[in-house]
Amino acid sequence: MFTITALVILVVMALALVRAFKGPTLYDRILAVNNFGTKTVLLVAVMGFLYGRPEFLDIAIVYVLINFISVIGILRFFEYAGKKNAEEEA
Amino acid sequence: MEILFDIVSWICLVAGSFFCLTGGIGLLRFPEFFSRIHAASITDTLGAGLIMIGLMFQAGWGLVLAKLILILLFSLIAGTTASHAMAKAALKSGLQPQVVGTMDSETGGAPSKS
Amino acid sequence: MLYVLALSTMLSAFWLVNSGHYTPLILSFMVVSVIFVAYLCHRMDVVDGESQPLNLTFSIPGYWLWLIKEVVVANIDVARRVWLGPKSISPMVINIKASQKTDLGMVIYANSITLTPGTVTLDLQGNRLKVHALTKEAAAGLITGEMDRRVSRVEG
Repeated sequence: MFTITALVILVVMALALVRAFKGPTLYDRILAVNNFGTKTVLLVAVMGFLYGRPEFLDIAIVYVLINFISVIGILRFFEYAGKKNAEEEA
Repeated sequence: MEILFDIVSWICLVAGSFFCLTGGIGLLRFPEFFSRIHAASITDTLGAGLIMIGLMFQAGWGLVLAKLILILLFSLIAGTTASHAMAKAALKSGLQPQVVGTMDSETGGAPSKS
Repeated sequence: MLYVLALSTMLSAFWLVNSGHYTPLILSFMVVSVIFVAYLCHRMDVVDGESQPLNLTFSIPGYWLWLIKEVVVANIDVARRVWLGPKSISPMVINIKASQKTDLGMVIYANSITLTPGTVTLDLQGNRLKVHALTKEAAAGLITGEMDRRVSRVEG
């Protein structure tokens, strides 16, 4: 059962990657990468149970926090880079 | 009791996987950025929530359960704040949502011109 | 002082849950780091009723239950629309008023709106909220102001 969940999460991660490559705007890519990060956390947690090693959950906790900080950091960066960059990406 | 927990946990895991998949497809299928945020928020709330609840039934009482609850709480709060930050940054950078109309609560919910 | 105590309790609980080692040496590390972090937060002047909302302790669990129900219902609706395709959505931008008195109350309201799939808070200025809704129904549901009233009641 964990295997099925892990496979579905991998498929969803692939879908998020497709959106990240397709764009079309910068913010679509950020959204897709954020979603990819959320799925990574779930995957790490499920993998921990799949291999019977719940210590993986510590990595998942750290990954939640890093994912959040990195998204906020990227947004801050492009907020200061300004309007022009976002339009060039589009 | 064991078997009951197993069944409930499997149902939660399958339902969570289904909602994750729905969110992922919505991310590809919806036409523009602001509607894609809604699709992403499906996977963030009910998808992640159900998978975590499914894992909680397998964990039994102990530290593992507490850690799963922590992950769920963190991901709910962080996911919400990140979606809001993205929406706000996109709006500030001049990305306009394509809408069918706007509404204002002060005009009694009557649609005003877009 | 009460808030510093609440912060220390939260930090200790967080350490105990994440560590899993209960030897005297590790526990003394916990005491030292909790005192250090509490001192830093005290110096930064962030330990107050906003970071430790103790006055909400008894009123917020009921609101959470209602919010979970709302989130599940909204999730099922949005998931249905994903499978029906992009034709079934009708995005709207709505302006609503938040009637909460404190900043904390308004943040709870705005975050609850964002947490519910189908509605995302775009901007919060003064007490005016700009919300992007995926469908007309979700927009109409917000305009009735039920969530607003419930958050105001939680805030007390």
